[in-house]
Amino acid sequence: MKVRLQKIYEWIDQRVQLQDLINFMGKKYVPVHRHSVWYYFGGVTLFLFIIQVFTGILLLFYYKGSADLAFESIQFIMSKVSFGWLIRSIHTWSANLFILSAFIHMFSVYFEKSYRKPREITWITGMLMLLLGLGFGFSGYLLPWNELAFFATKVGSDIIGDIPFIGEELKIFMRGGEDVTGATLSRMFGFHVALFPALFSILLIIHLLLIQRQGMSQPIDFENNSGNEISKMPFFPNFFLRDILFWLLVLNLLAVLAVFFPSELGRKADPFAPAPAGIKPEWYFLFMFQTLKYFPANIWIVEGEMLGIILFVAAGFLWLMVPFWDTKSSRGQKNRLTNYIGLFAVIFIIVLTILGWIS
Amino acid sequence: MEAVDSLQQKNGRREFLKYLLTGGITGFCAALLYPLISYLKPPEQNEVAVSSVSAGKISDIEKESGKIIRFGNKPVILIRTADDKLLAFDAVCTHLDCTVQYKKEMGVIWCACHNGKYDLTGRNISGPPPKPLQPYRVILKGEEIYISKLT
Repeated sequence: MKVRLQKIYEWIDQRVQLQDLINFMGKKYVPVHRHSVWYYFGGVTLFLFIIQVFTGILLLFYYKGSADLAFESIQFIMSKVSFGWLIRSIHTWSANLFILSAFIHMFSVYFEKSYRKPREITWITGMLMLLLGLGFGFSGYLLPWNELAFFATKVGSDIIGDIPFIGEELKIFMRGGEDVTGATLSRMFGFHVALFPALFSILLIIHLLLIQRQGMSQPIDFENNSGNEISKMPFFPNFFLRDILFWLLVLNLLAVLAVFFPSELGRKADPFAPAPAGIKPEWYFLFMFQTLKYFPANIWIVEGEMLGIILFVAAGFLWLMVPFWDTKSSRGQKNRLTNYIGLFAVIFIIVLTILGWIS
Repeated sequence: MEAVDSLQQKNGRREFLKYLLTGGITGFCAALLYPLISYLKPPEQNEVAVSSVSAGKISDIEKESGKIIRFGNKPVILIRTADDKLLAFDAVCTHLDCTVQYKKEMGVIWCACHNGKYDLTGRNISGPPPKPLQPYRVILKGEEIYISKLT
């Protein structure tokens, strides 16, 4: 057996020089310091994405993307297909944990200032993937075609219609018409299973290649005392095994959540029924939704909601561009201002999410 | 002298080819993008031209209750009040597009999404709705209720 494996290895090695790859992996190191734990969250986010692709493909085998059949096909998955409830529940929970883990990863990178030169492109691709992740959440939410999803999509796309200049066009493009109908479901389905995964994969490849090429980012203090020996551990196998252990823990957590808190389906969407009480967006949109509630109907001559959206778009853009305005960090200097801005963002998001949750 | 001439001629030809190529590529991209963007724009659907619909018998709707009636492809809310009046309004909340309902306890038209309230003339009285609900005309012919647009 061992001889045969050795032969297969040699056969491949002769053609693609595997040894070079192994040598390359052996040279990769992960810096060890008191903030090392945050390095795991990128990997966990990747792991959750892989689970999403895997369970998503499984759901596609039974799901039917039309207004007449979508709800019934999910009912079928939940009640008739063996372990259908488990696959769907894992898909829903993994989606939530994916967003959470991506947010943790993003904030840890922000506070470590790992976006600084030369890793600007890694930051931008990461941020775009997070935005796509939110798009995955929004488009996937409608697919079961239940009451809550129907009205949440109505509200969500109506808010998008408030974006100045392009809002109305964008709303019609998203809805596939004036109203949320079966055409909207077809579009969201197309975004969710084809367009977004394709875009995400391209960004992910660039993101991962850059990390391999540039290595792990180190804290700024490490770079400053270059005379001293920096403690680090080899990526393979030391860090890799820790990564796998963390992934296993996450998989267990997912299983527990999916078994004890399986996804619900609710009632089928009926465009000619009143909206049910308790319409709320997914938790990761809640802080924006809650903030918009505090804006009065009109501020001077602009609609309050429109002003709120403009502010969010502007803040998001500044956040995306942080490697370019925080030039101090790129020069290896401490920048307290970015810390305060980051801290404000974290507190703002947490407080408004809680307020949105309890209201 | 001849050499300079031929060089100028060559440069002129190069410039010309550059413009031709840039123009060609631009045209090519436009020819690709135009059908693509047009395809993504949903086609205009002819709205079913409805001027009035039947909303069932008066015996089907209890006093102090409301129900949603399909008016073409839009929902309309029909309300039978405590003093036996029949009222109808556009059922789409003017705030964010949710469908409203009649709230008996409060005697108002209520939107569950963001707690918007309208009185029984359709006026927005509380919560986030920025505009009133458009009223419809209700006609009672014998037992049958008909709803039509106000012209």
